[in-house]
Amino acid sequence: MAHDLETIDDPGIPPHVHRKTDTDPIAAKKAERQVAILFLLSALGTILFIVSYIAIPDDIFVFLPIMGSTNAHQLFLGLGLAFSLFFIGMGAIHWAKTLMPDNEVTVQRHEFRSVDDDRREFVKTAKEGASAAGLGRRSLIKRSLGLSLGLVGLSPLLLLRDLGPLPGDSLNKTSWKAGTRLVTDPGDRPIKPEDLEVGAVAQVLPAMLPGQDHRTLSDIGKDAVLLIRLRPEEFNLDAERLSWTHEGIIAFSKICSHMGCAVALYEQQTKHLLCPCHQSTFDVTRAAKVLFGPAARPLPQLALALDAEGYLVAKQPFNEAVGPSFWERSS
Amino acid sequence: MTARERIAGNVANYVDERTGAAAWMKKNLNKVFPDHWSFLLGEIALYSFVILLLSGTFLTFWFDPSQREVIYEGAYQPLSGLKMSAAYASTLHISFEVRGGLLMRQIHHWAALFFMVAIVVHLLRVYFTGAFRKPREFNWIIGVGLLTLGIVEGFLGYSLPDDLLSGTGIRIAEAIIQAVPVVGTYIAFFAFGGAFPGEAFIPRIFTVHVLLLPGIFLALITVHLMLVWYQKHTQYPGPGRTEKNVVGYPLFPVYMAKAGGFFFIVFGVTTFIAAVASINPIWLYGPYTPGQISAGSQPDWYMGWLDGLVRMAPPLETHAFGHTISWNILIPGLIIPGIMFTGLALYPFIESWITGDKREHHLLDRPRNVPNRTAIGAMALTFTLIALINGGNDIIAQQFHLSINQIMWFSRIGIIVLPPIAFVITKRICISLQRADRELVLHGKESGRLVRLPHGEFVEVHEELSPEKKWLLTYHEQSGPLELPEIDKAGVRRTDAIRNKLRSRMSEANAEVAPKVSTQDLKEIEHH
Repeated sequence: MAHDLETIDDPGIPPHVHRKTDTDPIAAKKAERQVAILFLLSALGTILFIVSYIAIPDDIFVFLPIMGSTNAHQLFLGLGLAFSLFFIGMGAIHWAKTLMPDNEVTVQRHEFRSVDDDRREFVKTAKEGASAAGLGRRSLIKRSLGLSLGLVGLSPLLLLRDLGPLPGDSLNKTSWKAGTRLVTDPGDRPIKPEDLEVGAVAQVLPAMLPGQDHRTLSDIGKDAVLLIRLRPEEFNLDAERLSWTHEGIIAFSKICSHMGCAVALYEQQTKHLLCPCHQSTFDVTRAAKVLFGPAARPLPQLALALDAEGYLVAKQPFNEAVGPSFWERSS
Repeated sequence: MTARERIAGNVANYVDERTGAAAWMKKNLNKVFPDHWSFLLGEIALYSFVILLLSGTFLTFWFDPSQREVIYEGAYQPLSGLKMSAAYASTLHISFEVRGGLLMRQIHHWAALFFMVAIVVHLLRVYFTGAFRKPREFNWIIGVGLLTLGIVEGFLGYSLPDDLLSGTGIRIAEAIIQAVPVVGTYIAFFAFGGAFPGEAFIPRIFTVHVLLLPGIFLALITVHLMLVWYQKHTQYPGPGRTEKNVVGYPLFPVYMAKAGGFFFIVFGVTTFIAAVASINPIWLYGPYTPGQISAGSQPDWYMGWLDGLVRMAPPLETHAFGHTISWNILIPGLIIPGIMFTGLALYPFIESWITGDKREHHLLDRPRNVPNRTAIGAMALTFTLIALINGGNDIIAQQFHLSINQIMWFSRIGIIVLPPIAFVITKRICISLQRADRELVLHGKESGRLVRLPHGEFVEVHEELSPEKKWLLTYHEQSGPLELPEIDKAGVRRTDAIRNKLRSRMSEANAEVAPKVSTQDLKEIEHH
């Protein structure tokens, strides 16, 4: 067995070799000057910093190779600060390496384990203390204390209750109702089918209700819809889903069914929608069926219709929750 | 006595009479620290943390952590008149109207990246040299805690400006919370004060980012350093360095000057990079709105592996009894990271269980001398690297004109197949290197000098190694596998037989080495 063999002898710490600065006063003097020069370079850096702060206007740009165009004010402030800090460090280390003693010192380590006497004393003291307090005998005190300590932790938890409302049914709902007009985002203009050419794609939102003057981001996070127009014969949909389209215009929730990013990349050639976050790929012609990536569900489709004035409206609300999955989601 | 000495003496006397500090200082000014470049990695992390505190404090003077909607009327014309959150508007203000503000933002962001790099590389150094072994397991666990908190702190930090990129990151984080079975939706609604994104999240994570987590960081870093101080630093092997001593430079003045100087160098280099290299130009991304996104959305590097895992996850969801479980989010987002970090934290205990070694260790290992540990490290690194590469699959596909689907399939298969291959290759390389060491000690190193012997044969002269070099290549222990009997003395199968079998199997794999050179070997060679 290998561990029966003897390890060869440790030759011990090699003798200390003096540096030139230890033996040659001229070399030591030279090192001293080098340290001083490094510290002075730092001082120059601070001066550059002050001059840049006062004298360089903040609307001048300079070109840096590779980095491109950079704001001169920020650049020289940074360079000044960098030099002032860097050369202090260089000076200190050069000082330590050339002029401070470089004799290595050996110190013994001690095992961390306490000596046996101390350990026995400790156990004895701990036991005496515990028995003096009656920890072992007075079980009524112990149990009631356990109960109250357990309960006291509940209060801060309870106080956190007001951090937010309970979710209730809200994740299942969007602002889309039967008859809600589709409006452009941005611009809030209602849309007629002829506004959209074949191959075009548009982001739309539900028209605001009378009296509503703005949308919250939380609304947009559920309501954003992507409108895409294909030639009607390009669809490969069942009868119900086909009836949700209008003259080749199809609408999907723009909020990814995987983790809620905006599914914003549309490949016109392949008619694929791609989520830039995790590359889930959806086939527009087949009701946003997942072709690739981690998404497990198609994007919810919004049923379209025309209102009396010929504008595109939602035929009905989304028939499923939009966005990422959650525990209470039923399908 | 000069006047200066008198004043210094009076001050020292004043402090000592009230604290008794002299006795402690006397001992600790001579504290010995071994010298090695790899011991500076942890220092870089520490100094980056100080830089983060300084630059971060500066940023809070102008940053407005609010999701209140404002109309931008600041100096940056392209966004003029746009609706945005006060958080985003104030970040633009810092970038364009506060002198030095952009520089400070960039120092803060670069320092955060370096902080995480330094932590990870420091961790690798500690792992591959075995510095985590007894008595340093506590510090290993604290270190894993700091790494985890660092990832969270960094994520919260780059989420604060509320730009289009960081808002997308928050969106993904919310989806992960929401995916937790039973309570996920509730936790998400509590965290965000309602449905995503709401107006509560940025102010809340601001408090966590600037108060709660830095406080925990300070406490953990303090304990981490106190333990290093108290337990004394590990040292690399070499002549005269043993498990019982520590060889190095005294704290005062050499180590103080070097470490203090190094702080300024780290600060200087960070500032230089921040001055010339733009990072996170949030004005190009625009304000966050859930309906928009930019192509090539990427997290910072220390989150990249997590994003890469999420990207490669198979599209699995379970729908049953009116409930949904998103395996495509839970597995890559919570379960695998949970296993990774638990395994990381427990590694010292697992290794000591396998080797049965319960002794203190202060001399570091050369990675080749512990093939199994080194191979496990290579395996874990391979896993993480493939995840990280997949986190940038869109950028890689674009830059190298590759198919994103193919990169994804490479990652999906590679993350299962390549780590074990990395394990085997690394282990073989380690053992080969041990053999090379053995060869070197026994036969010396090739001098390149050819000599013709009297009978005409040509041989290359081998130079014998110095005793120091020989020692370095042979100092390490090689203990054989544990012997754990399945049957006890009375001839009865032990109750823990299955566990023992597993343990001795692993111990056996762990003990597979090329035998090192011993005095017996050298004697044998002399006889020839």
